[in-house]
Amino acid sequence: MSDSTRSTPATPLTPRKRALVIGASVGMGATLSRKLAKEGFALALVARQKDKLDALCAEINADGEKLALAYPHDVSKYKEVPALLRKITSDLGGLDVVIFLAGVNYPPGGMDKYNFENDRQMVEINLIGAMAWLTPIAEMFQNAKAGQIVGIGSVAGDRGRVGNPGYNTSKAGFHTYLEALRNRLTRHGVNVLTVKPGFVKTEMLKAAVGPTPFAIEPEKAADDIYNAMRKRKQTVYTPFFWAYIMQIIRHIPSFIFRRMSF
Amino acid sequence: MFNTFKQFENFGHSLNAPGYHIQARTTEDIHSAFELAKKHGLTVTARGAGRSYNDAALNGGGIVLDLSGMNLIQSWNPATGLVRAESGVTLEQLWQKVEPDGWWPPVVSGTMKTTLGGCLSANIHGKNNFKMGTFGEHVVEFTAVLPTGAEVTCSPKVNADLFYSMISGYGMLGIFTSVTMQMKRLHSGLLTVDAFPVPNLRRHLFALQDGAPNHDYIVGWLDTFAGGSSLGRGQIHAARYLHEGEDKNPQETMKLKNQILPPYIFGVFPKSLLYQFMKPFANNLGWSLVNLAKYVASLRTHTFRQAHAAFHFLLDYVPNWELSYGRGGLIQYQSFLPKETAEAAWTEIISLSKKRGMPSYLGVTKRHRPDKFLLTHAVDGFSFAMDFRVTSSNQAKMREMLFEFDRIVIANGGRFYFAKNSETTTETALAFYGEETVKKFKRLKKRCDPNGLLESDLYRRIFG
Repeated sequence: MSDSTRSTPATPLTPRKRALVIGASVGMGATLSRKLAKEGFALALVARQKDKLDALCAEINADGEKLALAYPHDVSKYKEVPALLRKITSDLGGLDVVIFLAGVNYPPGGMDKYNFENDRQMVEINLIGAMAWLTPIAEMFQNAKAGQIVGIGSVAGDRGRVGNPGYNTSKAGFHTYLEALRNRLTRHGVNVLTVKPGFVKTEMLKAAVGPTPFAIEPEKAADDIYNAMRKRKQTVYTPFFWAYIMQIIRHIPSFIFRRMSF
Repeated sequence: MFNTFKQFENFGHSLNAPGYHIQARTTEDIHSAFELAKKHGLTVTARGAGRSYNDAALNGGGIVLDLSGMNLIQSWNPATGLVRAESGVTLEQLWQKVEPDGWWPPVVSGTMKTTLGGCLSANIHGKNNFKMGTFGEHVVEFTAVLPTGAEVTCSPKVNADLFYSMISGYGMLGIFTSVTMQMKRLHSGLLTVDAFPVPNLRRHLFALQDGAPNHDYIVGWLDTFAGGSSLGRGQIHAARYLHEGEDKNPQETMKLKNQILPPYIFGVFPKSLLYQFMKPFANNLGWSLVNLAKYVASLRTHTFRQAHAAFHFLLDYVPNWELSYGRGGLIQYQSFLPKETAEAAWTEIISLSKKRGMPSYLGVTKRHRPDKFLLTHAVDGFSFAMDFRVTSSNQAKMREMLFEFDRIVIANGGRFYFAKNSETTTETALAFYGEETVKKFKRLKKRCDPNGLLESDLYRRIFG
């Protein structure tokens, strides 16, 4: 059905890549969306907070061109996904890139404050939410023999640590899931990119417990992600030196790691 | 349904738009596709061979209903030349069926891969437009499914408003299921072709106009790199059918084996690889040399006989030639101008393309006459088609240039053809169709498709 929510069709001389950003309203998602709009992408922005999403769309579309469309949605409402994905794909006139960065982080804030409800929510949104979206998307891209999936994981997913088991687990699971997708889809011409940011100065960081070294602005993270997308990389850390730090951390033997406090 | 998702391209490989690929083999399948679209809030676009240079058979994120499987020739009468075929039948199937019996499709495109449904939708023309009109003028009757679920039969007498609007309607009103057409009698498998050079645009257009009445087909090649006093120079190919008796052995020349394009050149080299050797020439210098060489070669005036298939289906001569234009693909810009203003308008357009450093690589001219179909592209005048190579660095500049071309064409009373031009805007379409025509089309659209189920990227770009 034709309604005003559709992007303008592309023409050979005004080609436009079409991206779906899940978890777009705040933080890295919002910054990356602005960046992609600047690069000429048509965008479908999905997030829970409607007012923030609308404000972001209004900001991106302020220049007159309708580049961003808003879709309020709670990632844990898995059953809504197929219909919403069909609508988005139709509104955008296709789909080239999907970026999943919806995520929550509820650090326990103390050794005696572990909380199953929080852990469950983190896994439900960060991991199962991603699986709910990426399952039909992987099927689409596999059949189209084209497309790019970008998953925003975290350095926190590289090891299980004392301080935040639920978050670690959700991100580690997400990394593994993305790796499995990569192994499935690369042969069909689909790129799967895992991004592992270190600390990024967003709302999420304000809730962090303990030190947050080398924190970067979200703009820097967005630039890194965009460059990795263009080069169709497999896994990147942002900023890049986290690759070396995590290489060391991943190799700390368990008999030492289990005695450490982070 | 996500497992039917597929990447679709246009003929020039300059656009991609993925959609859900649904194949239709029967009329029932078309009804189901509409039901599926309704259920999921999607739109449907019919696709035949995908030979449109732009977005007529693309539906980004929607259902692409592939009719190429509805490809039966239902009846053929070699005594009367009347054929009835499903809409997915290609011109290739059609001519190979009727030619050995001494008939030929009255109007054909430059490629034989197009489907009859596609030919009807775009209401295509051939090199004989000035004489035989468009494809639709030879249709006795067609059947179609409308998005309302109605199955209609249309002819110039029955449902005439639908007949004259669905033909030329780019699949925006309904989906063709079958067509009944009158073929043209042949007395030989050969045409006699006169080839001669023309030194400038005025002589070029004069030759097309003057040569038309004495020939059945006429087409010009225009050297788009030549400027100054040679601007518009080129070569005319004017052909006519052989009269009864001229061919001593028509049974032999009409045999399929004497028509089919050979898959090899020099008897050994596969033509399917030829486009790779064209790639190095796909730049301004390469094509300027090709055009120059072609002009020099054309200086010899001569007459020869040529098989129908070889004369008509030039685009099939080098398979995948369109891939030689590289990753950005190619676009066509074709303008139709009244005979009074064509020379001035094209002088301006060719000069502008040279000035902007974006010359067309290939120019083709034809003679036309107006027709009665609603979204017609024809005029009493000429058409000039230009091929442009798209690259990531020339897109913005070229778009601006084509908009300038559009203004020149509109100011000179010209028209455009949706099967070719990809950058035509809503405003430009309104300017050359006029408000009356657009209103009439939208009324018909509402009647045939009240729920807006049939939409292509073309529809949304022009009428959305």
